[in-house]
Order: sequence, then C-alpha cells, then structure tokens
Amino acid sequence: MIRDITLGQYYPGSSAVHRLDARTKIIATLIYIVALFVVKNFWGFLIAGAALFAVIEVSKVPVKFIFRGLTAVFMIIAFTFLINLFMVDGRVLWQWKFLSITEEGVNRAFFMAVRLVLLIIGSSLMTLTTKPIELTDGLEKLMKPFSKIGVPSHEIALMMTIALRFIPTLMEETDKIIKAQQARGADFESGNLIRRAKALIPILIPLFISSFRIAQDLALAMEARCYHGGSGRTRMNQIRFHRGDAIAALLVIVFLVAIVLSRFINVPI
Amino acid sequence: MSIIETKDLTYVYNPEMPGETRALDAVSFSVEEPCIIGIIGHTGSGKSTLLQHLNGLIKPSSGDVYIGGECITDGRKNLADVRRKIGLVFQYPEYQLFDETVAGDVVFGPKNLGIADDEVDDRVRRAIEMVGLDYDEVAEMSPFELSGGMKRRAAIAGVIAMEPEILMLDEPTAGLDPAAHKDIIDMIKKVQSEMNLLIIFVSHNMSDIAELSDRVFVMKDGRIVMDGSPEDVFSRGDELREMGLSVPPAKEIAGRIKERAPKFESKALSIEGLAEDIQKFRNIKEKA
Repeated sequence: MIRDITLGQYYPGSSAVHRLDARTKIIATLIYIVALFVVKNFWGFLIAGAALFAVIEVSKVPVKFIFRGLTAVFMIIAFTFLINLFMVDGRVLWQWKFLSITEEGVNRAFFMAVRLVLLIIGSSLMTLTTKPIELTDGLEKLMKPFSKIGVPSHEIALMMTIALRFIPTLMEETDKIIKAQQARGADFESGNLIRRAKALIPILIPLFISSFRIAQDLALAMEARCYHGGSGRTRMNQIRFHRGDAIAALLVIVFLVAIVLSRFINVPI
Repeated sequence: MSIIETKDLTYVYNPEMPGETRALDAVSFSVEEPCIIGIIGHTGSGKSTLLQHLNGLIKPSSGDVYIGGECITDGRKNLADVRRKIGLVFQYPEYQLFDETVAGDVVFGPKNLGIADDEVDDRVRRAIEMVGLDYDEVAEMSPFELSGGMKRRAAIAGVIAMEPEILMLDEPTAGLDPAAHKDIIDMIKKVQSEMNLLIIFVSHNMSDIAELSDRVFVMKDGRIVMDGSPEDVFSRGDELREMGLSVPPAKEIAGRIKERAPKFESKALSIEGLAEDIQKFRNIKEKA
C-alpha cells in the first residue's frame, strides 16, 4: 500500500536522462512546471505531452512504473476536475437544480486535470532518473549563491538528504510495526473514525520512538566521523556540466519557445 | 492430524519488476506433535518470510498453509481466528511496546481477541510470570524503564497472553547480553513444557538451536534444504559451512579432536555432553 507511491523513488538506469547533471534536471523540471501554467490551449498541451513522452522514451523508465505513481494522487486529480467542472461560470451546457456545467468549465476542468497529470509525471520523472544524493547535491550547488544572503544551503541540502534517505527505512519500520501489532490481533480497518484513529496509537508510539532512536544514532555516527557542518567541506564526487547538459539546455529552450508560441495558435481542435 | 502444514508455499517479491525475487520456493513441511522447531539459514534465506506466512501476515503467491487441518490461505479476509491460534514474536519485539505500563501492553493482544475482562487480568498475570518477570513488580512500570532483556520478555509476554497453540519467535535472542540470552532460552523451554505448544523459532546461534530444538529446518534460497533432528543436521557440518552456516561449538571441537585422534567419536551437541565423551574416550585409552 505505502510502497505504491513512486514519487521520490529512483529507477536505476544509465540512459542519457540518467546521466544528465542533476542541476540541469532540476532547472528543466522547474521550467517545465512553469511552462505548464503558461499553456492555455490544446496545442500547448500537445507539445508539453509530446515533450514529456519523448523524455520518458529516452529515459527507458517503463511507462507502467510511472503511471503507478499516479494512482496515489488520483483522488486529488478527480477532485480538481469536479470542482472546476461545476464551479466555472460561462455558457451553460447542462443544468440540474443548482448544479450546472459550462463550456468554460469543461475546458478548464480538462486542462487542469491534464496539467496536474503532466506536472506529477514530469516531477516524478526527475526523481526517478536522479539518485537522491545527486539531487540534493545539485540543489545545494544551485542554492549556493543564496548563502550570501544567509540561506543555509548546505544544511537544507543535508536535511533533504537525510529525509530522503530515511523514507525507505521508516516505511520498513512502519511495515514491521503494523505487522507486529496485527499479529497481536490489532484491527486497523473496522470501526468508526475515532476507533480507527485510536487503533493507530500502537503504531505511532513505537514509530516515534524508533525515529528518535534512529536520529540519535545517526547524529552520533556523524559526530564520530567529525562532521562539523558545511564550511570547508569538499566533495568526493564533483558534479560538472557535460555536452549532454548543453544539448538538454538547448532542447529546453526550444521547448519553451514552442510553448510560448502555442499561445498564439488560434486553430480550433 | 497435523498441527501445521504447508504445501508448495511460494512467495515472489516484486513480481515482474526489476529485483524480482523468490523469497519462498515450494516450501512443504508438516508438524504432528507439539515440540520445538529451530530454523537456521543465511540472511535472506526466507526464514522470516516463512514465519509471516504461517499466521497470514503475508499472502503466498501460490501454495497453502493448513493450521490444524484447516486451510488459512483460502482467500479469507478475517484472519483474527488464525492470529489467535498462532502467536508471532518479531525480531526485536521490544520496539513494538507502546503502552504506559507493562500490564497495559500485555493486555493489548487478549483485548483485541475480545476476551472477557476478568479472564484477561488472569491471563496477563500468567503471561508475565511465564516469561520470568515478577508481576507485582513490573505490571505498573513503564515498559521503557525495564532493561533490554526484561523489555524483550515483556514483549514476548504480550504474545503469550493470547495463549496461542503455536508460538513463533524470530531471533528471540538477537542483541542480548549473555545473562539475558540465557533467560530467554530458559523461558522458551519453560513455555514449551508448561503450555505444551508447538514452538517454531529462528536463530543464528547454533548452540541455541542444538540446545532447544527437537527438529531443525535449514533454509537456503527460499527452500528447506535439510529437515531433521539436530544430531542429523549438525552431522552434515561441511554442507552447513558451504551455506555460510556453522555447527555448535561442541561439534566444532569434536571435529578438531577427531583430526588428531581418528578413533574419537562424539555425537554430543552440548559442551557438557562432549566433556563426558572425552572422559569416556580417555578412560578407554588408559585401559588400553
């Protein structure tokens, strides 16, 4: 159940997308997300979708794997779709008592749903093709200029690294505790809301205690290895831009121009 | 009728994904009488996965589990009945303690089973005494104030209070100091003889296996590759070593003696038994 969430997971591979510098991928993803909100008609979404599909093809991550991550956020997408469908004013297509669907509503609902789907796939594609450690290294480098104005870029990156590192550990821990309490006859599925919330106590307390224990062990282990913060720290793996990154940057610019131009296409579908 | 039986139990992790693994591969065994069964095997050989199948925490990819002749893998949703009969103590069970008091934690299992209040108190007292703790002393203490070994025993009491017909323990002695280790071993013996139930336990400690087990399963790559008395299993030392396992110290020493004195024979699995055999051997030699 918890394992179905693919957001933040890494899919091992050595494709051109995997080999790109993490910074390139982070910036490209940010541009992609912004671009999705620039789009205002069908043609723009066609370009955005095609671009994403092309990147998925190059990355060799199975499409099935990517879509599995969508099922976890399906409810959010469905909710957004319905809200937009019923709440937008305009030319009424269908009406029943206080509920009405307008032409603008239909358009907006579809666009919003597609936008969300592309956004989630786009950002999960980044994490799927980038090792968490590269991702946070990239983020740290990107945030470096801001450290002049007091942003603790190294500490933020470290916190992210640790958080990402411990997602699987804590999931495993949760899984184990749930099973152990189930073996003692705990029932998490029946009863009303209050009963179910109460049933979580035997999971949450051991989980909290475990987290504190793990955190303390980690802190001690880091201190034992003389960790003293970011200043003067060198890296084992230097990250550098390569030719692939230049090509990727060029493609991103082409994509961005195409998206902006798509706003001016007035051909109806 | 068998107490517990499995037929071709198979479990595949991450089917059709990168990293697909067969954690269990056609495991079949059957147990007829209450006794102690020890399971040994390399890390990742499927021991824990097997235990979790036996009380329905994991559903097999194929194959069946029978408890008292009744199939529990028939796709049923309600496994409460199965879990009542089969207690499972996980590795490091003290990490699952959560209540403010020891008694409050031990009562969790029986309460989930819907047992009447007056009987529950009785069970809690019996379970806590059974694991060798003093009820009056620890019942109202916070489980987090106890020592490591006591915490573990309190956690095991939580499963024993459910009065299962089969008790399974996953590495019950892992990470304990020698004194606490011995307490757990004595406790397992006591529970088996007093409650007359079937105990299945996993351990990496060959002396524990030799001392406690009536029957030993050796697991490798998701299969049971050896199934026999501890004497039988540990007489196949070379095969065990090939799997990255070992034999109890007594067996190891006997082997070394045999290298120097080829006539020396000992089937002993305990140091005491070995000492007797050495004494006998010396007496014979002196006579000669």
